[in-house]
Amino acid sequence: MWRFVLRRLLQMVPVLIGTTFLIYVAVFALPGDPIRALGGDKPMPPSVYEALRHHYHLDEPLITQYGRYLLGLARGDFGETLNGQSVASLMATGWTVTVQLALTAWIFELVVGIALGVLAGLRKGGIIDSLVLSGTTFIIAIPAFVLAYSAQLIFGLKLGWFPTAGTDDGWPYSYLLPGVILGSLSLAYIARLTRTSLVENMRADYVRTALAKGLPRRRIILRHTLRNSLIPVVTYLGVDLGNLLAGAIVIEGIFNLPGIGQQIFQAVQIKDGPTVVGISTFLVLIFLLANLVVDILYGALDPRIRYE
Amino acid sequence: MSEPITTTDTLAVAQTGSEVSGASASLWSDAWRALRRRVVFWLSVAILLFMGLLAVFPSLFTDRGVNDRCDVRFAKHTPSSWNPFGAGGHPFGFDTHGCDYWAQIVHGARAPMIVGFVVTGIALTLSITLGSLSGYFGRWLDALISRITDIFFGLPLVLGALVILTAFPDHGVWTMSLVLGVLWWPTMTRLMRGQVLSVRDADYVQAARMLGAGDLRIMVRHILPNAVAPVFVYAMLNVGVVIGYEATLDYLGVGLQYPTVSWGLQLSQAQDVFTDHPYLLIYPAVLLTATVLSFLLLGDAVRDALDPKLR
Repeated sequence: MWRFVLRRLLQMVPVLIGTTFLIYVAVFALPGDPIRALGGDKPMPPSVYEALRHHYHLDEPLITQYGRYLLGLARGDFGETLNGQSVASLMATGWTVTVQLALTAWIFELVVGIALGVLAGLRKGGIIDSLVLSGTTFIIAIPAFVLAYSAQLIFGLKLGWFPTAGTDDGWPYSYLLPGVILGSLSLAYIARLTRTSLVENMRADYVRTALAKGLPRRRIILRHTLRNSLIPVVTYLGVDLGNLLAGAIVIEGIFNLPGIGQQIFQAVQIKDGPTVVGISTFLVLIFLLANLVVDILYGALDPRIRYE
Repeated sequence: MSEPITTTDTLAVAQTGSEVSGASASLWSDAWRALRRRVVFWLSVAILLFMGLLAVFPSLFTDRGVNDRCDVRFAKHTPSSWNPFGAGGHPFGFDTHGCDYWAQIVHGARAPMIVGFVVTGIALTLSITLGSLSGYFGRWLDALISRITDIFFGLPLVLGALVILTAFPDHGVWTMSLVLGVLWWPTMTRLMRGQVLSVRDADYVQAARMLGAGDLRIMVRHILPNAVAPVFVYAMLNVGVVIGYEATLDYLGVGLQYPTVSWGLQLSQAQDVFTDHPYLLIYPAVLLTATVLSFLLLGDAVRDALDPKLR
């Protein structure tokens, strides 16, 4: 078990290096000179310009810059933004907002998604099943930002039930509407996944055995079918945590939440390399760790799976 | 345990809504017989044909060109009636620049369609090639391709597209398709690799090898036809998903730019004024959603038809 975890952690290193390198190269290729832009309308004295370029190591070739960045990263140093703030402290403020948003979305999709999936799967071909299937297809088909506008207009402006922007009302009130919108796409996937998985497991041999033993239907579903059906759902929930954080880029903009999505979007616009790469590294790291946790959870849910 | 396969299978199942199972090439004719009877199939085909007509022959539906005869004096003029057939010469009113909205929406179909098909085409080609090589030859080639796949899989798509598209600000429809296509292949590659792995040691493959067939022949004639069906279904659903992404990137301001017209751009322009002029948001949203929905339903129907378990 621990050898498995260790091996997976080691496998993460090249992936993390590769991903950050891709982002680094892409940020490097962004047009415009970020140092000149720092000066605003005033022309910057050449000596200051050179000093700043040297300070951010922009006068070095890409590969040395990247090497320097990696070394810093290994020491836990995420570097410095172009206005001299440390990326770590910038992220700290952004992450609190984004984590609250992502967790709201995650809990929503987990609870409602699985519930809808179970309701649909228990009566395959029934009215609830058809409603869930068509409803989720619609949710998948509508772009999230259109859904967000509509929700803002209806529940925020017209009905006045929820705040439409900002985090003034704190968690959970400010995060409910954006969280539900952010989680709605995954909710649709989770409901369909649970349904399919449940329907397939209901036909499994062990269910027939349990029925033949005379176990009550309720117990069969809760103890036998559901536990087996949820394995793929757990996988999806793990992978999705990373997706939610990335999806925050769109939703945070619409609901004006000052999270990492907004920060990374603004950083890309002003070519602030350290911020973009720093936040991306963190996103990828969380994504990889979530995948690892999922793989470990497999063992708990399915005793047949052994870690060599 | 083989964790990469499980994860991807689950993703694919989540997105297609059912088990993506292998089907032999001979199933295609059976599948067609099952499909012919489905109303959903014909409905989505009809909608997609209509959208395809809009994209290929916009002149059938409007006599105006792209951004043609726009007059700022008409900007945001609401259609005279909510019933497009009773609203006279300008059934959808005018957009924020005073262009006839119906004409702009007709022309707006082409960009998302091109992006959807080209991105899926690139991703499909890459994933069939890489997945086959990786699954068939195994060993170091598999390790190499799988690790590269991991790297691209770990990169959030919106983020990657955001950075790369900002780096090339003058991109048109084709550049954008290329960028998205290069980012899109990892999930499909993993799916393809898993499929190839599952048929690689089948009896008929062994038989072909003993009869002296070369690697290329075995891959193209024996493995590919038996492994490609789920990937193909996934690709069909994927066209719709890409179209949704294209609109999202347009909304973020890093997608297509004026003077190109696309539904995503129209939705993006509507964002500031839609509280007072909801029709600016509703019309392109309805067309976009109908298109994406049709691809999803079509993919669903084809998958059901290919799935022998449902017969």
